[in-house]
Amino acid sequence: MRGLSLSALSLFLLLGMAHTATAEEQLPPPAKKTVDFNKDIKPILAKHCVGCHGAKKQESGFRLDTRDRTLAGGDHGVAFAVGQSVKSLLIRYVGGLDPDITMPPEGDLLSRTQVGLLRAWIDQGAKWPKGIRIGGPARVHWAYTPLKRPDPPKLPPALAAKVRNSVDAFILARLAAKGLALSPVADRHTLARRLSLDLVGLPPSPEEVDRFVDDKTPDAYRRLVDRMLQSRHFGERWGRHWLDKARYADSDGYEKDRPRPNAWRWRDWVIDAVNRDMPFDQFTVEQIAGDLLPDANENQVLATAFHRQTLTNTEGGTDKEQWRVEAVFDRVETTGAVWLGLTVGCARCHSHKYDRISQREYYQFFAFYNNGDEVNSNVVTSSDAHKKFTRDSVAHRQQLAKLEKSLATARSKLQPAFQTWLDKQLRALKVVRKDPIRDLPLTGLSATGSADIKLAVQKDNVVLASGPNPDTAVYTLSGRIEAPSFSGLRLEVQPDKSLPKNGPGRASNGNFVVTGLKVEISANESFDKATELKLVQGRASFTQDKFPAANALDGKPKTGWAIAPQMGKPHNATFFLAKPVALKGPQHLRVTITQNYGGTHTLGRFRLVPLTGNQQGLGLPQPVLAAFEAYRKNADDKKASAVLLDHFATVDKTTGPLIKKLAEARKKAPKLPQMSVRVIRQRTKSPRTTFLFQRGDFLRPQKAAPAIPAGLGVLPPVQPRHKDPKRLADRLDLARWLISDDNPLTPRVAVNQTWGHLFGRGLVRTINDFGVRGDKPTHPALLDWLATEYRRLKWSRKALIRTIVLSAAYRQTSVTSEVLAAADPQNTLLGRQNRIRLQAEIIRDNSLTASGLISRKIGGPSVFPPMPADVAALSYANNFKWNPSKGADRFRRGMYTFFKRTAPHPNLTTFDCPDSNTTCVERQASNTPLQALTTLNNEVYVEAAQAMAQRVGGEKHADDRGRLTRAFRLCVSRPPSSKELDGFAGLLGAARKWYTGHADDAKSLVGNYSTKGTATDESAAWVATCRIMLNMDEFITRE
Amino acid sequence: MHELLSQTRRNFLTSSACGLGAAGLASLLSDDGLLAADAASPLATRSTHFEPRAKSCIFIFMAGAPSHLDLFDPKPKLNQLHGQPMPDEQLKDVRFAFIKKDSVRLMGSKRKFRRYGECGTQFSDFLPHIGSCADDLLLVRSLHSQQFNHHPGQLLMQCGRGTFGLPTMGSWINYGLGSETRDLPGYVVLTSGRGSSGGATLWQSGFLPSLYAGVRFRTSGEPVLNLSNPSGLPPQLQRKGLDVLRQVNGNRLVEQRDPEIASRIASYELAYRMQTAAPELIDLSSETRATHEMYGVDRKEIRKGGRGKAGNTYQSFARNCLLARRLVERGVRFVNLVYASWDHHSNLDNELAYNTHVVDQPIAALIKDLKQRGLLDQTMVVWGAEFGRTPLGENRGGRPDVTGRDHHPFSFSMFLAGGGLKGGLVHGASDDIGWGVADKPVHINDLHATMLHSFGLDHLKLTHRFQGRDFRLTDVGGHVVTDWLA
Repeated sequence: MRGLSLSALSLFLLLGMAHTATAEEQLPPPAKKTVDFNKDIKPILAKHCVGCHGAKKQESGFRLDTRDRTLAGGDHGVAFAVGQSVKSLLIRYVGGLDPDITMPPEGDLLSRTQVGLLRAWIDQGAKWPKGIRIGGPARVHWAYTPLKRPDPPKLPPALAAKVRNSVDAFILARLAAKGLALSPVADRHTLARRLSLDLVGLPPSPEEVDRFVDDKTPDAYRRLVDRMLQSRHFGERWGRHWLDKARYADSDGYEKDRPRPNAWRWRDWVIDAVNRDMPFDQFTVEQIAGDLLPDANENQVLATAFHRQTLTNTEGGTDKEQWRVEAVFDRVETTGAVWLGLTVGCARCHSHKYDRISQREYYQFFAFYNNGDEVNSNVVTSSDAHKKFTRDSVAHRQQLAKLEKSLATARSKLQPAFQTWLDKQLRALKVVRKDPIRDLPLTGLSATGSADIKLAVQKDNVVLASGPNPDTAVYTLSGRIEAPSFSGLRLEVQPDKSLPKNGPGRASNGNFVVTGLKVEISANESFDKATELKLVQGRASFTQDKFPAANALDGKPKTGWAIAPQMGKPHNATFFLAKPVALKGPQHLRVTITQNYGGTHTLGRFRLVPLTGNQQGLGLPQPVLAAFEAYRKNADDKKASAVLLDHFATVDKTTGPLIKKLAEARKKAPKLPQMSVRVIRQRTKSPRTTFLFQRGDFLRPQKAAPAIPAGLGVLPPVQPRHKDPKRLADRLDLARWLISDDNPLTPRVAVNQTWGHLFGRGLVRTINDFGVRGDKPTHPALLDWLATEYRRLKWSRKALIRTIVLSAAYRQTSVTSEVLAAADPQNTLLGRQNRIRLQAEIIRDNSLTASGLISRKIGGPSVFPPMPADVAALSYANNFKWNPSKGADRFRRGMYTFFKRTAPHPNLTTFDCPDSNTTCVERQASNTPLQALTTLNNEVYVEAAQAMAQRVGGEKHADDRGRLTRAFRLCVSRPPSSKELDGFAGLLGAARKWYTGHADDAKSLVGNYSTKGTATDESAAWVATCRIMLNMDEFITRE
Repeated sequence: MHELLSQTRRNFLTSSACGLGAAGLASLLSDDGLLAADAASPLATRSTHFEPRAKSCIFIFMAGAPSHLDLFDPKPKLNQLHGQPMPDEQLKDVRFAFIKKDSVRLMGSKRKFRRYGECGTQFSDFLPHIGSCADDLLLVRSLHSQQFNHHPGQLLMQCGRGTFGLPTMGSWINYGLGSETRDLPGYVVLTSGRGSSGGATLWQSGFLPSLYAGVRFRTSGEPVLNLSNPSGLPPQLQRKGLDVLRQVNGNRLVEQRDPEIASRIASYELAYRMQTAAPELIDLSSETRATHEMYGVDRKEIRKGGRGKAGNTYQSFARNCLLARRLVERGVRFVNLVYASWDHHSNLDNELAYNTHVVDQPIAALIKDLKQRGLLDQTMVVWGAEFGRTPLGENRGGRPDVTGRDHHPFSFSMFLAGGGLKGGLVHGASDDIGWGVADKPVHINDLHATMLHSFGLDHLKLTHRFQGRDFRLTDVGGHVVTDWLA
């Protein structure tokens, strides 16, 4: 249909209309007899239909093997309504009426008699005797079969002795069947490093390793495991595995790829939940539907950010609904992959060819997420921050109480001074009252603008600017005034339709900035002997933050008075002289208004009003002036005298500073450490109805048959918690279904993922595919035993991991013996451990740890370790600047590196870190020259070599070999062989030779990491040697 | 057969033990042994499904989407109708990024078109150099896409589908054919202009291992990230260090019997060779003065424009074109030349003039240079963008000053040259006003299918199983356009 032109489309519609008129004529008539299902209908369906629309295959999500399924219809809609064969889709297809689809697509078409029989059957009520099924039931795919706990196999005593826990029994039984055995246990150095890398993702220190090696107690290993499980870094390591699945990133994705500065808050939730060993069932429910839990707390709401890791497209001209739907698709497909190990994505467009997920089922699943809205919610930044807040609040309240008390004491002694002040003020007020501030007429006004700006003087001296609109402007206004005194002027600004956003300014948003005002007075028109009058005080009806009226008088070129966001409204500012000046006769007034801010922030429509009168002596706020007025009339006015006393207290020399101090202390109240995070919230107002989208196109919903939230047919049904049949199941029901006792898939998938992290691959090799196209488990009984064990352990992640790592199977060496190399090269039977190339983040963490540079801080905002500038510049229109973090933040663990989706850090992607655009349940481990170049030459890795040389250089060692041994052990825990030592000693020697004669090279290579008491050439030789050690295959491998 | 190969390849890549017997291990340590390991290497050259015509590809990706109506597809009728409204029934079901439907008007092109070469194909006056290659070009005027926005559109052009996580063309071709260079990556990316919408996703390897991702050669500093030794570390010490490393890793290989260690050793050796080969590659001093001039490597910024660009784009793009030739000469399989931006919603005449002036001469030089060196037959040059631009004037915000064109995926143009494709041919046509495809529609999946075909690959067979599905570059579509094959 792609590329179908519009005219072809209308032709198609016309034909479609023609069809209804003639269907009755074109179709064979219904058979006249009473049909017998078994005799007349079943053979037709069995021969022509069920091959593609039965238990084994469901083309277009339609099957005709049972009555219910037949009536339910498929992707194209309902097959027929009982009694109406002429309108039936089924009849239309088998009758050859549809231009695109004729059924059956291959083999003989149905005869007219057969079509007639089908029509009669439909018209006569589509009777289908109970219990009849056409074709046998499909064999249930292993992954969907109910979960039963298998007994560990019984082993002969010789083998049974090797069993450390039930895991081993399953593995030994299979190995023994092939005449194989478990490999020997790995040496203790390897075990310590393996455990540390697997459980906390950091290498152990040589001292930790030695403690374990020297620990002769029988439960030494068990205690080591428990220590690792209790480490706070455990949450980082296993949290990061989860972040892969969640497609976690710090930016939106797509073109603009805006940063998400608060994304880390949910990342920290994950680390914390894993560290607290939140059971996997609760972990599931809170992330999928935390908002729907009764009395959900803010952390449970925060958990739903799992599904806010979807991408956001803010590219210009996008259709919001398209990308909303796209995000919901992603939620459906991520849920399928992470919890069910199923690729449901195919069913977005059509029923799944292999996995029996129909398109309808896909949209039933979609319906769960379709009413989860993207909203923001507040959450405390961290529990530590909240604790500090509580402490600080108490201290702050105490401080306030103290200040309040001293103020009260001081105020109680204020009365005499107040009376004196009051009398003085009342005398001053008399003067002002005789000569209040009032407008002066301004006559003969003319106005000129710089750079050919047209200034038109209109009625009432209103000036309107038009014409050129340069970045900055100067207006000069002159006119005549006549009065005994002149005391200031008022600048009124007014909106006007001719201005951008109605003005009053000429900037694109309607704003302006008055940056300077100059007032001159002259007896003649030529202003040759003009006097400049200094304005000292400005007040405005409204001022923009950081743009008070007084700024127009401060003499600075770029500061001034502005009014955002109150554009489109009239405002004014009044400016006073220090003292009114007396005028002799008519005078010429010239006012120069400078607008030097830039960006066309100039005045559009305004009016200048000269003022006369006396404002001296008070300069008081309006309410205080009113109180004076009231007090003057009635000295017993208690309210007025209270206002006046309050005001006096602020200016009195004892109470004034106290009040100021108190106000400042109040301002410093600790702020609740809150931040806004992206979460999911159930839509309650006008909930959306879900429809199937034809070919997954959101513009083509099939409105005839809405999709009701439901699970997948291959699994037991979702049980809605509300008994009211009118209430649809929701996300909380979905979440509980995923981890319900009768869902066999989630625990199988979950333990397989865990196994994969500890053995390098799953018992089901295709960790992301438990469907019929995926691999079968190598140890089905072990998989099921672990799945039931996970439930028995109340979904404790730590307990499950503990079980696996305590097994003898886990503890085996990773060496491939000659026997195994021949008998089981793929290690299907698990007769040894697998070697695992470390993950991108962990490789960096390892180098930083060996060198001692690593910062072990957990959580907090993402960081920006150094990155070449041209990498960030690849993002859209160079819109992203990467400002490298300073201090310890340069050396945080790799998982805290800010992840910008369109320009991720190359040190991560080079080592197969997932791109975070879609869920990733299993990482690749490729092997490329770029990886070699990274660990050899990249800034952070070179810095690690420098720091490591400094570290071992600063320690006491007997000789080179002792120091080399130490360095080697910092890298791979075990002591080196003498051959290895020889190799590195040779390199050290060669390097020494070079640097003795090349002081500049030595200085460059050592960088900022010189060692006290060691010559630079010697340090450089060690840097060159450590650098190669940090590149050993063993170093980036978990053995 | 190929499925078997790719299956083996997958196992090699994802398993830590692919079953090399103990006997093979010792030999892996010798020089020749490393070559033996290469035979099983994911980058070893592969046999094709049928006889290939093309060996390498230079994809010139014009991110942001230039206006094909002002460059490749003259529309006299559109010029006649300039300023007229569009018929309602055509507008009814169409979505726009920025256009306001009620006040929109058709906008003709101010460009003059003229015929070039013996074939007489018409090109705009902005493309005199490319026009002079007309007899070698296959101009397609009937492409269409279903992605309206840049990033999804760019993904569709690179990956065959507008979604994330998929391999790009260059990844697929290297995955299918392996690499013919031992000293350089098989998939190289060169960028200039400004950052594109797609960023690094335009050369990602998706679910294929990162081995198949494009390696960006940088325009300044070291040509490949981390290529240079740390300052103060001379080459001879690098060699000595790598010798020790090789010995230590080699011992480990003997102990562990994990062939992955042999691959690691090989990777370090390739890295070492790249340290010499890449600087040699980007050093243009061995090129003649005539070559420099032909590409315009030393041109000054002649015109003003290039919104948001970084540096002298005239020089960086010309240099990238010359580097592209040097890369394919050295056996690099796929070169992606990314140049942004062409997203001319406004100020189209000036910006198009600027950007075409940047790219016209170097692209023509590249085609001519490949031809005179006898490389054009085996090198496919593809020029294209994620979509085209609309015949309507863009009236964003209902503004009267219409100076640009909005996105247009329904019909647009591209051209190809060499690599076993016909020259001097125009394929397909848009309708009178350039709105829809009137003749021989070509979807991007068809383009990819045909490109793969020239490389000897059957687009239906070049697959990779991921999450239970056999993915291919052509998603669920793709027909080979046999008319294009020479």
